Amino acid sequence: MNFPVLSVVTFLPLAGAILLVFLPAEKKNLLRYVAFAFALVTFAVSLALYFNFDATTPQPQFEEKSAWLGYGINYHLGLDGISLYLVLLTTFLLPIVLLSSWTYIEKRVKEYLVFMLLLETGIIGVFVSLNLFLFYVFWEAMLIPMYFLIGVWGGPRRIYATLKFVLMTMFGSLLMLVAIFVLYAYYYKATGIYSFNIFDHYQLILNPGVQAWLFLAFALAFAIKVPMFPFHTWLPDAHVEAPTAGSVILAAVLLKMGTYGFLRFALPLFPDATERFLPLLAVLSLVGIIYGGLMALIQKDVKSLVAYSSVSHMGLIMLAVFALNVEGVQGAIYQMINHGLSTGALFLIVGILYERAHTRLIKDFGGVSSQMPVFAAFFLVCVLSSVGLPGLNGFVGEVLCLFGVFRVSTLMAILAVTTVILAAAYLLWMYQRVMHGPVKNEKVRTFKDMNLREIAYLAPIVILMFWMGIYPETFLRKMDSSVVHLLNRVKNRQRVFVQEAGTAREKLAIVKRVETGTQESMAEGTAIKNAVMEEAVIAGHREEKKKELEAVDKERGGNPDD
Amino acid sequence: MTESFWLIPFIPGASAFVLAVFGRWLPKKWVSLQACLSVFASFVLSVVAWVGLLKVDRETLPLVKTLFTWIASGSFSANLSFQLDPLSCVMALVVTGVGFLIHVYSVGYMGHDKGYTRYFAYLNLFTFAMLILVMASNIVLMFVGWEGVGLCSYLLIGFWFEKHSAASAGKKAFIVNRIGDAAFILGIFFLIVHAGSGEFRVINEAVHGGHIGAGLVTLIAILLFIGATGKSAQIPLYVWLPDAMEGPTPVSALIHAATMVTAGVYMVSRMNVLYTLSGEAAQIVAVVGALTAVYAATMALTQNDIKRVLAYSTISQIGYMFIGCGVGAYAAGMFHLYTHAFFKSLLFLAAGSVMHALSGELDMRKMGGLRKYLPLTYPTFLIGAIAIAGVPFLSGFFSKDAILTQAFAQGRYFVWALGIMGAVLTAFYMFRLIFLTFHGEERIEPEAKRHLHESPRVMTVPLVVLAFFSVVAGYVGLPVVFGKKANLFNRFLEPVLDPAHEIHLSLGTEWTLILVSVAVAVCGIYVAYVFYLKSPQMPHNLVRRFPGVYKLLYNKYYVDEVYDAVFVSPTVKGSEAVYTRFDLRVIDGTIDGTAKATGLAGRVLSLFQSGLVKDYALAMLLGVVIFLGYLLF
Amino acid sequence: MIPVSYFFGLSLILFALGIIAFFIKRDLITMFMAVEVMLNAANLAFISLAKASGSLSGQVIVFFIITVAAAEAAIGLAIILLVFRQRKTIKTEEFRLMKG
Repeated sequence: MNFPVLSVVTFLPLAGAILLVFLPAEKKNLLRYVAFAFALVTFAVSLALYFNFDATTPQPQFEEKSAWLGYGINYHLGLDGISLYLVLLTTFLLPIVLLSSWTYIEKRVKEYLVFMLLLETGIIGVFVSLNLFLFYVFWEAMLIPMYFLIGVWGGPRRIYATLKFVLMTMFGSLLMLVAIFVLYAYYYKATGIYSFNIFDHYQLILNPGVQAWLFLAFALAFAIKVPMFPFHTWLPDAHVEAPTAGSVILAAVLLKMGTYGFLRFALPLFPDATERFLPLLAVLSLVGIIYGGLMALIQKDVKSLVAYSSVSHMGLIMLAVFALNVEGVQGAIYQMINHGLSTGALFLIVGILYERAHTRLIKDFGGVSSQMPVFAAFFLVCVLSSVGLPGLNGFVGEVLCLFGVFRVSTLMAILAVTTVILAAAYLLWMYQRVMHGPVKNEKVRTFKDMNLREIAYLAPIVILMFWMGIYPETFLRKMDSSVVHLLNRVKNRQRVFVQEAGTAREKLAIVKRVETGTQESMAEGTAIKNAVMEEAVIAGHREEKKKELEAVDKERGGNPDD
Repeated sequence: MTESFWLIPFIPGASAFVLAVFGRWLPKKWVSLQACLSVFASFVLSVVAWVGLLKVDRETLPLVKTLFTWIASGSFSANLSFQLDPLSCVMALVVTGVGFLIHVYSVGYMGHDKGYTRYFAYLNLFTFAMLILVMASNIVLMFVGWEGVGLCSYLLIGFWFEKHSAASAGKKAFIVNRIGDAAFILGIFFLIVHAGSGEFRVINEAVHGGHIGAGLVTLIAILLFIGATGKSAQIPLYVWLPDAMEGPTPVSALIHAATMVTAGVYMVSRMNVLYTLSGEAAQIVAVVGALTAVYAATMALTQNDIKRVLAYSTISQIGYMFIGCGVGAYAAGMFHLYTHAFFKSLLFLAAGSVMHALSGELDMRKMGGLRKYLPLTYPTFLIGAIAIAGVPFLSGFFSKDAILTQAFAQGRYFVWALGIMGAVLTAFYMFRLIFLTFHGEERIEPEAKRHLHESPRVMTVPLVVLAFFSVVAGYVGLPVVFGKKANLFNRFLEPVLDPAHEIHLSLGTEWTLILVSVAVAVCGIYVAYVFYLKSPQMPHNLVRRFPGVYKLLYNKYYVDEVYDAVFVSPTVKGSEAVYTRFDLRVIDGTIDGTAKATGLAGRVLSLFQSGLVKDYALAMLLGVVIFLGYLLF
Repeated sequence: MIPVSYFFGLSLILFALGIIAFFIKRDLITMFMAVEVMLNAANLAFISLAKASGSLSGQVIVFFIITVAAAEAAIGLAIILLVFRQRKTIKTEEFRLMKG
């Protein structure tokens, strides 16, 4: 396909933002319609991605590549089964959040819409970049609109919240930038080619010591974004202060950038380091699941409750990713979408309540159900989706995640399964206090049920929840080959150092030689090993190639044992 | 027609969908008609399926209908597929049959409620979920129904959500059930990993073929049983069921007596290969069942709330079913499930009728002498009570006796003794209920008395039908003393529930056991008669003699309080402490501290910025001098 | 022919005087003049070396510096004038706006 559909999806919102700049700021409704139209068209175009997606290949599709700044900095976009749904989720949610803030945002409407559209471009860019440099540009660019969205349209403590959010994210991503350049340098040394291409870097075999440092730098950036315990505290603050639309986007897609980062970069780039730090990360995820759940239990503000529930849910997603098996990773990707829908919907719902009551404290509500029956139904479906009730989307993701974890470690699964109980406890308790019981606050009696606009933007989410819960095949099958490919990549590469090396003595020898050797010989060694192993992986004759590898070692005069 | 059995769940499901989405625009008559007819249609289909099953060759069982692959990823896969075999057929018949009668009853009972449509939407949804549970051909889909009925139970208990207690009870039910479900999920995972699939046929083959180690089988069986203790309200997770009585009475009859709470028994019977193989797990099932049977019965002794007595009675009766499963007499357990569905829903509906007559009064202390005011409710209630008490020739007698006989035959004398003890208590509290409500002096509030009336026909007809079945339902499962082939029920279930390991006693022993059961029931009824009709001061004297025991029973052994103090409140308080001390102070403190330290460093360094141009020039000069000096020397 | 070192000596003396004047004077105008003296000291060094080595580039640079200095003097004086208008003083101690 020659039509640059990915570029269109990525930059159509940007075009909309530019157009908005030239429209008069007073005509608020015109601005809203224009922005909404752009978001809608972007979604429509992105649907083409889904329908034309070839599920049989793990290779990136709709690939676009052209030179940009030189030195390996290329404009390189592509989509595979992992990023497909994240892009779709983003384009799906943007019209919805624009609708949700139709009347709520009255101040600086033009700037608001411009930032929303810019944000969309930034997020999609992150998911489709296949060039590390380009990825980093989008990763950082996305922060700017978010910074303003919280900082300008947020609640009373918005400055504190937005600074905390941006500074924490920046702190992580700066280390990642350094790591990207180190990686770049290693690649250049090994091959003599400048490249930021992620697929080139997948080929690179680094010694585990280097991998460890680079992995930690990447992992920190992503862990803050996810957020994993103990880097989660920016999330409740940012959510509580952000406007509804900001919260929705933040929870639904921004957090996924962290998990996506692990899947796309940290794990396949540094398989040995992954193996080394897996226990630590898994434990942190596990702590996040339980900790987030317990914290959610006692929050007084509905939004921070949902924020902590995100910590818990994201913990499960991360744990499933670290299970490194098909069920776990597929479940994690599925759960990312689920979490985007259910948590996004919950934030929209809190927004609807907030527009009526101008408070989000649980104790100010009670008995809302009798005033707003339609709303109660929507709210309940979203809560149940988040709880993971079978028949709704949450269950499919959750059960796959837990199963993936279970296959790796029974103990971890037993601990992780507490999320089933905790999620029911905190969400239903909240639902009861907000929606049920007698009306305590007289203001509640004045609440009007949802209007058509509100139904219009929640209904698609709810329909999708049912769809994803009842017929997940639509979604699961398109990610199969990408997930399998990703796992093979991580696992086969691990074997180069860990399993293929055979005995512990040999393993140690390889590590030692690479570490004590000069830079040149190391790069050389890596390149040779790289070439041999790639061939081996492709041909499937690992044993033979291993012998060849040993022969090469001998030729180079190095006795692996000294 | 038999092949269309997979439609059975979907008819009420479709009806629930229509009511939930379009219900607000439908007239009330239409709503009632649609809700009842959809369940009736399922019932008809179930009967057709049953007739079909009688003809079908046993070797071809179960009939499986796969609609589509539901979840598939790696080694995890689950189909949306249904199966028909005698076990699921019995359950489907009970669910749709009793369910239909309760739907009809609800038309009258809920007639004036403003949430009428919502009620029937939930009730249909429940029927849908329950039918999925019993007809699923794999354990993952069964779990869907399992959770689905839990959801409906949550919705229906909290149906009158404006009432704080109702909303709380609903939530409690859901969360307690979820504790069991967490274990259930783990059980499912073990099964899928080790049996290779969640399909019941595959699991059965894997277990029979010895592909799963004995220790693992025990572990799986126990995990699944923990799930069952949640759903079927057994020790230690029974606490939600008494509170669940906050829901409308027909709901208590359908969900919390006849169908949903017995799902655990169905599940254990469905997985009977596991429990047959693992003696330890079966032992646990039997002992937990027996303990619950007695324990719940003791709590029923002192309650004054008519529905709570019935709730504890339900817990106790399900205990009996588990005894049956635990001693290997799955068919007997299922038989009790089947008879219990009739007489317990009858009792609930009759209690609902009493409440209806007394404008919602639940307290037995404010009843008495109602016999003459409720000419239809009284006899039906009485039939239910006689049936549950184990008086001969009514359904409860046959089923309870079948369980206890098997317990005795298997040499589980301890379990058997507990069962007998429970039987005395059952007879006693049921007749305490009868005497306090329908006999003796009138203690009715004057306001309620003015509206006192028998219920409309739409409510009494289901009562009569259920009463009829409470009497005759037992005759399909006659004990061995009436002939080896007398137990039609067991024979029907044979393809699923292998009776090979049931032990048959000599006729003499059988007769002795039957006589013991009868004596026990009569004894319980007589004591109740003495206590509450002949000399009503006696219970008071007893209470005065043993105030401690009475208080303990009256307060339900303080289990709710203990759970709250041990689990709930430490979790909440601990979380609060962690939140303020750790989350806000340590983690956030570190982050804010880093920010503050950076700011502080900046402020310290900014002291060098004097703002005087000459200071800067001097610094520059010094710099140049040092630089030059470095270059030159 | 006067040896280059003499010019260098003079340039150094001028430069030192400039520095001293810059630090001991308090009004902007004088300090500005001190800077100009230093500039011209540098110019002197350039031109003498250019003469001695016979290269033109040194002279070019001097022209360049003179041009820049002229522009700088114009702007600098204008700034000082504006400062004076606003603050009614040109004493450097009075200005500490950049204090941290």
